[in-house]
Amino acid sequence: MPHLWLRVAVALYSIGLVYALLALSKRGQILSRIVLPAMAMGAAFHLVALTESALESGHWAPVSVHQSESLLAFVLMLFFGGVYARYRMLSPGIFVFPLVFLLAMTASFGEHPPQFTSGLLRSGWIALHIAFIFAGYAALFISFAASILYLLQERSLKSKQMNGRFFRLPSLDVIDDMGYRSLLFGFPFMTLGLIAGAAIAQNNFGAAYFRDPKVLLSLLMWMVYLVLLFTRWNSGWRGRRAAVMASIAFVTAVGAWAANFVSAVHGYVAR
Amino acid sequence: MRYVLLGLNHKTAPVALRERFAIPESELPAALRSFLDHDAEEAFILCTCNRVEFLARSTGHAPDVSGFVKNYLRLNGSSSAELEQHTYTYLDHDAMRHLFRVASSLDSMILGEPQILGQVKEAYALARSVGAVQTHLDSLLTRSFAVAKRVRTETGIGSSAVSIASVAVELAKKIFGTLDGKTVLVVGAGKMSELATRHLAAHGARSLLVCNRTGSRAEELAIKTGGRAIRFEELYSVASQADIVLTSTGSAEPIFLKEHGEAFMQQRRNMPMFFIDIAVPRDVSAEMNSVDGVFVYDIDDLQNVVSAHTDDRRREAEKAEQIIESEVRRFDERLQTLAVVPTIVSLHDHLETIRQAEVDKVRGRLGPLNPEQELAVEAMTRGIINKVMHTPIAAMKSAVKGREADPTTLIEAIRRIFNLPEKDDKKASGQD
Repeated sequence: MPHLWLRVAVALYSIGLVYALLALSKRGQILSRIVLPAMAMGAAFHLVALTESALESGHWAPVSVHQSESLLAFVLMLFFGGVYARYRMLSPGIFVFPLVFLLAMTASFGEHPPQFTSGLLRSGWIALHIAFIFAGYAALFISFAASILYLLQERSLKSKQMNGRFFRLPSLDVIDDMGYRSLLFGFPFMTLGLIAGAAIAQNNFGAAYFRDPKVLLSLLMWMVYLVLLFTRWNSGWRGRRAAVMASIAFVTAVGAWAANFVSAVHGYVAR
Repeated sequence: MRYVLLGLNHKTAPVALRERFAIPESELPAALRSFLDHDAEEAFILCTCNRVEFLARSTGHAPDVSGFVKNYLRLNGSSSAELEQHTYTYLDHDAMRHLFRVASSLDSMILGEPQILGQVKEAYALARSVGAVQTHLDSLLTRSFAVAKRVRTETGIGSSAVSIASVAVELAKKIFGTLDGKTVLVVGAGKMSELATRHLAAHGARSLLVCNRTGSRAEELAIKTGGRAIRFEELYSVASQADIVLTSTGSAEPIFLKEHGEAFMQQRRNMPMFFIDIAVPRDVSAEMNSVDGVFVYDIDDLQNVVSAHTDDRRREAEKAEQIIESEVRRFDERLQTLAVVPTIVSLHDHLETIRQAEVDKVRGRLGPLNPEQELAVEAMTRGIINKVMHTPIAAMKSAVKGREADPTTLIEAIRRIFNLPEKDDKKASGQD
C-alpha cells in the first residue's frame, strides 16, 4: 500500500489538529500532555515515508506536488521542533499543526500525483534550492503564527480580562522574540534558495525564466520578507502593524507556492 | 475511636478574642502535655494569627477538649460563655473534614493561600516531638498534607493572583516575560507606591526612577528603595526609559496623555510600556490604552482582576470540597478496616487454640503418625477453621466497606458468638 507510513503520520498529526482546535479551551490543557509525543512520532513516521519515496523515485528532491507538500509539512515540523526546543512552548502549534496535518493529508491521499517535467531533478542544486526555499517558508509561517499570537495576547491584555482565553498564551516578549528570531533565521535560507533557483534557471532557461509568474511572485515575497525584517529591526514594529505585514508576507508566500499551477518552469506534466 | 476538634477562626471570633486563645510557641509543649491529661490519648494544637484549633483523640469516651481549654487558659464564668459563643466543636468525621479543609486552605481568610499548610506541618512536627501525636493523629495529619497537595494540584485554587500588587506583577510578566533588569519609574512617592515598588523589585525589576513634585520625598523613597530621584521637570524626557510606570500622585489632571504615550513609543522603538495607575483621580488618561504597545491598568482594572480571580478561587473551592469529601470517606474506611483487625486476629487465635487442642487429643489416640499422615491432619484441620472463619471475616469487612449503619454491632455479635476474650480488644470495641 503506497503512502502507508505517511498515513500513519497523518493519523498522529490529527491529534495536533484536535489540539489546535481545543487549544484555548479547558480540554486543550489535557491534550497538551500527549500532543508533543504524538507529533514527534508523527514526524518520525513522516521521515520514514519521505525516505521511502525518495528511494522509490531515486531523487532526494520531490518529484510531484504531493511529495513537495509532504516535504514542506516535514520541514515545518522540524522548525516547530527547533522553536519548541528553544522556547518550550506549544502555542505556535495552534497554527503549525493544522497546516502540517492539511499538507500531509493531501499528500497521503493524492492518487495520481502530477509529475514535474523538468529533467533538472537529477541535479543536486535543485534539491538545495527546494530545501532552502522550504526552510524559508517554514520560518515565515512560524513568524506569521507568532504575530497572530502576539496580536491575540495584546488584545487580551488591553481588554483587561485576565481570565480570558488568550491570557494563557506566552508573554508578549517571548512571542515577539520567537517571531523575530524565526524571521532572522529564515531570511538567509530564503535568499540562498532564490539565488540557487536563479542560477539553475539562468543556466537552463535564460532570461525568459524571469517572466515566469512563480518567479515574479517569489521575488515579491522576498521583498515583503525584507520589508518585514526591516520594519521590525528598524522601528520595532509589533502587534497590529506587524501582524498586517506578516499576513501580507504569508499571502504572497501562498501565492508563490500555488503558482506552480500556472508556472512553466515549475509546472507539472499532468496539467 | 473519638476525635474532637474545638477551634475558633477569623470568621467566628474577633481578633481580640483570638489573641486571648493564642498560645505562644514556647508554651505549646507544656500546653500539649496538659491537654493529654484531659482524657486525650493524642493531642494537637494549631495556632496561627487567623485561627486556633485544638484536636484530640481518645478511645473510650470523648476527650474533654473544652475542659482543657477552660482550665489551661484559666477562663472564668463569663469568658466560658464567650468561649461557647465564638468557637465550634466538631466530632469524628466532621473533625477530620475540618482538618482537611484547614490544611487545604479552604477555611482561610484568603482562599487558597499557601502558608497555612506550612503552619499545620510545623504544628505537627512540634506535637510529634513532644509525643502528643503518635499513631492515629499522626496518620490523620499526614493524610491532611496529602489531601492539601492533591487539592492544590487538581484544582486551580492557588493559581491566580488575588492582591493588587501581585496582579500588577503577573500582568508585567505577561508583557515582559520577566521583570529581570526592567526599569520602573515611580511617579508620586506615597505609601502605596512604595509597597508596589518593593513588590516589583522583589520580582527582579532593577533600575528604579523616582519622581515627585516635592523633590525631598522623591529623594527619601529613592534612598529607601535603592533608586534614583529625578526632578519633575525631567519627567517627560526620562519616562520613555521606563518599561513600567507606576503613578500615584494627587494631581487633579492626568499627567500622561495619549500624545505622551505616542512619543514614548516612538522613542522606545515600539518596545511595550506598562502603566500602573493607582491614583484617584487617574494620572494616566483613559485614551492612553489605545496606543499600540502601551498597556494601562488603573486601580479599578486591577481591582476587577482581583475580584475575578477571587471568584475563580471560589469556583475551584467547590471542586476542592468534593475532593475533601471523598478523602474523608477514604480515611474513615481505612480506620474502620483497622478497627476490625483485632477481632480478626483474636478470632484466628481462638480457633487456632481449639484446633491445636483437638489435634493433640486425637494424636494421643491414634499413636505415632508418619510425616504424610501428619501433614494430612494439619491440612484438614486448618482447612476447617479457615472455612469457619471465612464468613464472619467477610461479613465484617463488607460491613465496613458498605458503610452500614453500625459495623460495631456485627463485630460485637461475632465476639459474643465465638466467645472471644474481652481483654485485648480495647481498640476494636472502642471504635465508635
